[in-house]
Amino acid sequence: MILDGKCPSGPIEKSWDKHRFDLKLVNPANKRKYKILVVGTGLAGGAAAATLGELGYNVEAFCYQDSARRAHSIAAQGGINAAKNYHNDGDSVFRLFYDTIKGGDFRAREGDVWRLAQVSNNIIDQCVAQGVPFAREYSGLLANRSFGGAQVSRTFYARGQTGQQLLLGAYQALSRQVKAGTVKVRPRTEMLDLVVVDGVARGITVRNLISGEIESHWGDAVILATGGYINVFYLSTNAMGCSVTAAWKACKKGAFMANPCYTQIHPTCIPQSGDHQSKLTLMSESLRNDGRCWVPKKAEDCEKPVNEIPEEARDYYLERKYPSFGNLAPRDIASRAAKEQCDDGRGVGPGKRGVYLDYQSAIERVGEDTIRERYGNLFDMYEKITDENAYKQPMRIYPAPHYAMGGLWVDYNCMSNIPGLFVLGEANFSVHGANRLGASALMQGLADGYFVIPYTIGGYLAGVKPGEVTDEHAAFAKSREDVKAQINKLMSINGKRSVSSFHRALGKIMWEDVGMARSKESLEDALKAIPALREEFWQNVKVTGSEGDLNNQLENAGRVADFLEFAEILATDALHREESCGGHFRVEHQTDDGEAMRDDEKFCYVAAWEYKGEGKAPELHKEPLKFENVKLAVRSYK
Amino acid sequence: MDLTLYVWRQNGPDEKGKMEQYEAKNVSPDSSFLEMLDEVNEELIANGELPIEFDNDCREGICGTCGCVINGVPHGPQEKTTTCQLHMRQFNDGDTITLEPWRAGAFPVVKDLVVDRSALDKIIQAGGYTSAYTGEVGEANQTLIPKPDADYAMDAAECIGCGACVAACPNGSAMLFTCAKVAQMAVLPQGQVEAAERVKNMTEALLNAGFGNCTNHYECEAACPKGVSVKFIAKSNREYIKALGK
Repeated sequence: MILDGKCPSGPIEKSWDKHRFDLKLVNPANKRKYKILVVGTGLAGGAAAATLGELGYNVEAFCYQDSARRAHSIAAQGGINAAKNYHNDGDSVFRLFYDTIKGGDFRAREGDVWRLAQVSNNIIDQCVAQGVPFAREYSGLLANRSFGGAQVSRTFYARGQTGQQLLLGAYQALSRQVKAGTVKVRPRTEMLDLVVVDGVARGITVRNLISGEIESHWGDAVILATGGYINVFYLSTNAMGCSVTAAWKACKKGAFMANPCYTQIHPTCIPQSGDHQSKLTLMSESLRNDGRCWVPKKAEDCEKPVNEIPEEARDYYLERKYPSFGNLAPRDIASRAAKEQCDDGRGVGPGKRGVYLDYQSAIERVGEDTIRERYGNLFDMYEKITDENAYKQPMRIYPAPHYAMGGLWVDYNCMSNIPGLFVLGEANFSVHGANRLGASALMQGLADGYFVIPYTIGGYLAGVKPGEVTDEHAAFAKSREDVKAQINKLMSINGKRSVSSFHRALGKIMWEDVGMARSKESLEDALKAIPALREEFWQNVKVTGSEGDLNNQLENAGRVADFLEFAEILATDALHREESCGGHFRVEHQTDDGEAMRDDEKFCYVAAWEYKGEGKAPELHKEPLKFENVKLAVRSYK
Repeated sequence: MDLTLYVWRQNGPDEKGKMEQYEAKNVSPDSSFLEMLDEVNEELIANGELPIEFDNDCREGICGTCGCVINGVPHGPQEKTTTCQLHMRQFNDGDTITLEPWRAGAFPVVKDLVVDRSALDKIIQAGGYTSAYTGEVGEANQTLIPKPDADYAMDAAECIGCGACVAACPNGSAMLFTCAKVAQMAVLPQGQVEAAERVKNMTEALLNAGFGNCTNHYECEAACPKGVSVKFIAKSNREYIKALGK
């Protein structure tokens, strides 16, 4: 099937405005008759639930956390982009659009990215009106900083906690709607199935994580804003509870999974310290504004203390390889460069899997106090984890799985191929192409939630009769039975291996064979190893406790079971994409100097996969990508 | 290193709980406190026993999900550190560690170390926001905010809503949590229009949720993993007095 993204035609500058006008509206008096379910309360879901409630819809919001304020958007550190051009440094909506398309290695839809760039400015206005305490200059004006992949200063921030402050803004807007009675929030509730009736999304099946009860909820539309799937690598910068479950259940009900092989490995994370490790910690990319990445030129210097390695014996590899962007090269490029140095035997720290991120010259230039003001909390966090003082010695960093550019396929309206199922934020595939630029995830989450879905969902609901199908429909009972059957199965295996040992084993396969450098051989190995591990899981997993109670083991068992299925589709996508682009690097497709080599002839499309059942190959559907405003070019940061 | 743990085990809100003893062997000093608990749980699972339930999510000290009382101190011995960011090098081989849930009337125990903190959400719902509609709200730089005010607001906004302040307070008060939000909004021009309503409604919600009031013990600030200052309680009290005349 050839998919149509339904992008508006005509000049791109007018595309969103025209589309907004063309969308049908729902009469204000009728809005309250429509019920909308929002799953996930991060930036995308929280903003969507708050805004739709404010518009008068009857909204129910669900999250697995104990409060809507804790979604993992909260952990974003560095900032949020907007094309305000406050610094007169040449920024514009077009430049943000261009940078995002290029940063994504020409694998995103032009229309969606244009809209993102256009509404980026509204987001900053909105957040300021909510009382988000962005950093400011002494003039009282908003402050900006630079981020990777851009040559303008367009990133707004709130110390090293931008995600936290933006999420609290959305959470507070949501709280206001809870008080107004338009939104009901159901925390500690996990979506375990999508209910589809006659091809239309009509509701969800959830588990109450406290009582263990399996409940049905119906809605005239269902919005998934459930984040990314990068925990498929086990060790990642995501929170422990982040999973692919909601998206994967939707996929098993017919929603297409787009570009799952586009995974972002973030260059600046704290290296792994041992087998006890449960997660990896990101150090904001903003650190590369002032920090310089280096490794010793000679492998024999790697064990030496830093102060015994003279300046001329240091290889500032990013500045050497990419003189025009230097330490601000985009994430995919910076990560691969770090891996290259370590593969060359010049890594530092335990296992020689690390590179230095050095502040010495920045401290000499602007002083320790200024560096402390900019990054103090990050330096403190680094010290807590590693017991090292980064003001005195360089940080050690190494790439770690961080973000999923791929996700459920959606059209320009953020609606999946299942009518009535909308997907927002990291959970969809739409704007980042094959690589996301720093400070763009927060922008997308809030753009989708505050400024896109409130319009596009109206266009859908205007053609839907409210309450046409409710949870009395047999499909809801069937879904509850399916969910209960899976839970009973998990509880009854009573095998020998713990849930987390399976997750760890899956992560190892994914990191080694489907990680930063992929080959036909490694992917074929993974495609053998994943089903084998899955089979063992269903025979040998041990889930303690009971299903009618708070049971973290059972929650995780369900999530790991879904990762074990999803991983296969990710590897399949990576194997089929015989090119290198952004975060997807196939060793067979690289230039002489090791840069990614795209194949626009064959692969300039979105790969959307349809699940066909266990043991069956998923079916590939393509959405061709057209570039009318940006010229397809080799992406260079040299 | 080897440690002895005494952990509060409680099956449900209405069940009686008690301290149980566990041994944590071969703990790496580089592991985090929760990773140490993960390993204890793996051992329990292997022996067919119920693992210890504890809340956690981001494991980088920002989501506010984790937290237990470690050796009598919320979030444990290290200053300005959440439980997930506490590392085992803060302890010594052979140490005995006690683990309890947050203890406060407004935070009923759900299971083991997990408590119900939904009362904090109710306080924010009572008024912890500006009533800005999503849409055209005016250009962001149109209203200048002096840097000291913006910094003050940010200091207050650092709160992660973990509830350690409540657990530390002899009155089980959520004043630090509540007042930090009141103060953040009161100092910003965007929040000033609704300041009087906000402080009255949030204070009322605080008392209705079963939290105590503040009697200046300052335990909250000492326990706060983000170092949120008690000066915001003073600010909020001034806002409250101002609001009484309105």
